[in-house]
Amino acid sequence: MPIWLQRQKYLIDFTLSSLLRRRAKNAGLLLVYTLIVFVLASVMLFTHALRHEAVHVLAEAPEIVLQRMVAGRHDLVPAGYLDRIGEVRGVQKKAGRLWGYFYDPAVKANYTLMVPPTDAPASGEAVIGAGIARARGLSVGDFVTWRGNDGQPHTLRIVRLLDSDSELVSSDLVLVSEDFFRGFFGVPPGQFTDLALSVRNPREVRKVAEKLTLLLPDARPILREEILRTYDAIFAWRQGVVYVLLVGAVLAFVVFAWDKASGLSAEERREIGILKAVGWETGDVIRMKFWEGALVSLTAFLLGYVAAYVHVFFASAALFEPVLKGWAVLYPHFQLTPTIDGLQLGTLFFFTVFPYTVATIVPIWRAAITDPDTVMR
Amino acid sequence: MIELRDVRKAFNQGRPNEFWAIRGISLSLEANRITVLKGPSGSGKTTLLSMIGCLARPTEGRILLEDRLLSGLPERFLTEIRRQTFGFIFQQFNLIKGLSVLENVMLPAYPLGAPRHALEAGARDLLAQFGLADKAAYRVEWLSGGEAQRTAICRALINGPRVLIADEPTANLDTARSRDFMRIVGELKAAGKTVLLTSHDPEVYEAPQVDRVIEMRDGRVARG
Repeated sequence: MPIWLQRQKYLIDFTLSSLLRRRAKNAGLLLVYTLIVFVLASVMLFTHALRHEAVHVLAEAPEIVLQRMVAGRHDLVPAGYLDRIGEVRGVQKKAGRLWGYFYDPAVKANYTLMVPPTDAPASGEAVIGAGIARARGLSVGDFVTWRGNDGQPHTLRIVRLLDSDSELVSSDLVLVSEDFFRGFFGVPPGQFTDLALSVRNPREVRKVAEKLTLLLPDARPILREEILRTYDAIFAWRQGVVYVLLVGAVLAFVVFAWDKASGLSAEERREIGILKAVGWETGDVIRMKFWEGALVSLTAFLLGYVAAYVHVFFASAALFEPVLKGWAVLYPHFQLTPTIDGLQLGTLFFFTVFPYTVATIVPIWRAAITDPDTVMR
Repeated sequence: MIELRDVRKAFNQGRPNEFWAIRGISLSLEANRITVLKGPSGSGKTTLLSMIGCLARPTEGRILLEDRLLSGLPERFLTEIRRQTFGFIFQQFNLIKGLSVLENVMLPAYPLGAPRHALEAGARDLLAQFGLADKAAYRVEWLSGGEAQRTAICRALINGPRVLIADEPTANLDTARSRDFMRIVGELKAAGKTVLLTSHDPEVYEAPQVDRVIEMRDGRVARG
């Protein structure tokens, strides 16, 4: 083994035994440190995973959704708009969509009724999301009756429950046939809730939206990137709320860690004096203390991050659920796909490991450059 | 071997509480001898020993080790000379609590980066030589005064220094242990070491092993 490496090994060995000698003090510090990293990393991982999920979910969404506005209010779109859009270059696919919200007074929840573009259920049949099934206690073969726009009850038979893997987006979904939808909401044939447009070239999306606004002055194009940005803002805001709540705890930790790291006890000063007197260089003492800071902060970082990973991706972020996920009657049960953002990881590492290690070294440097003859007295 | 030329040492220099602990000492210390610096408390023995052992620098004057000027060397070189040339035994032994006897002995050698097995074998040999083989794994706070001192001697010898420096080595020992210590010092001299002690204990400066006694008073050499 090279001499340099062997020296570092000796220094680490000595540092470890130093840490173990002050077991209670260091264990307390490690615990608080780990807890702080755990909380911060949980929030980061959770919000990043939600954003990632949103991007994933919206990946298949149309590039542009076109709504019709009447006096600033959303209104139904006539099918004739589809023909007029056909004149706009760059639009690859276009289709009318039928969907609407429905408030169910029985469970005080909003559902999203929708006609799927393919594989729609037969008339009088429905496919429902897992959230609705839980809230209403429904299973396949059951019947459910809701009051339609005409004041008459409309009955649906449940033929299938949506896959729980997609629960994050399908929890409140009811898929029905076009006949049922038009009859239930009173949407006349030849009219749609909105139009979904696909644009071949992503760089043309904004230009196409501009052309659509000129062509159809009462239409409002909504871009997929705008929806993504909204999601991003919502989760960033929630992340911010949690951070604000955590500021007190983080500050308390900073004071505690700074005090621990930067203050040297008489015993530690004496030890540094002994080490210098028996032939350790100032550099050796600083390196030893660097390893002490690095070992504590790295261990806390790893433990905290792994615990946060388990908390977010295997325990559904139980501690932050209400504030980060929001709340709803049809609360989706979902498992986030594990995903880590390198930049976030790097940022957290930089703001936790780096300051502590520096805080450990500075006072040692001051103590280590003094003459070692103090131990003679 | 070691030469001091008009060495002076001031503490708090330039302040109202300025104090000159050493006031102009010129000495020549021979190799392979046992020299004792004798004198009352405050006579400057420990300060002089610190400067000879490169633990502190003189304010004025020169210290030479075999014609090499020590007093002007930067800290890094001073540390290297201290590590290679001097072994220290402190009055309070200054062992590091919580570490084992073996770890304490090996401590001065860590910065040298020697292979672990060789270092450990050397440390165990020393412990065996001083009757501490069975205490290697003990924590130092469990040792008696005599055992702690012998551990400190082993630690001082681990890097194979030519000069052994001991400050009031018998201050915490009874008469029997003090005589035992002087016997060990005699053996080290026989093994070729130069030994420099401070003491105001007659068991030390009147011991038959001692070659030279230098009497100090008020920061000056009074006799020797």
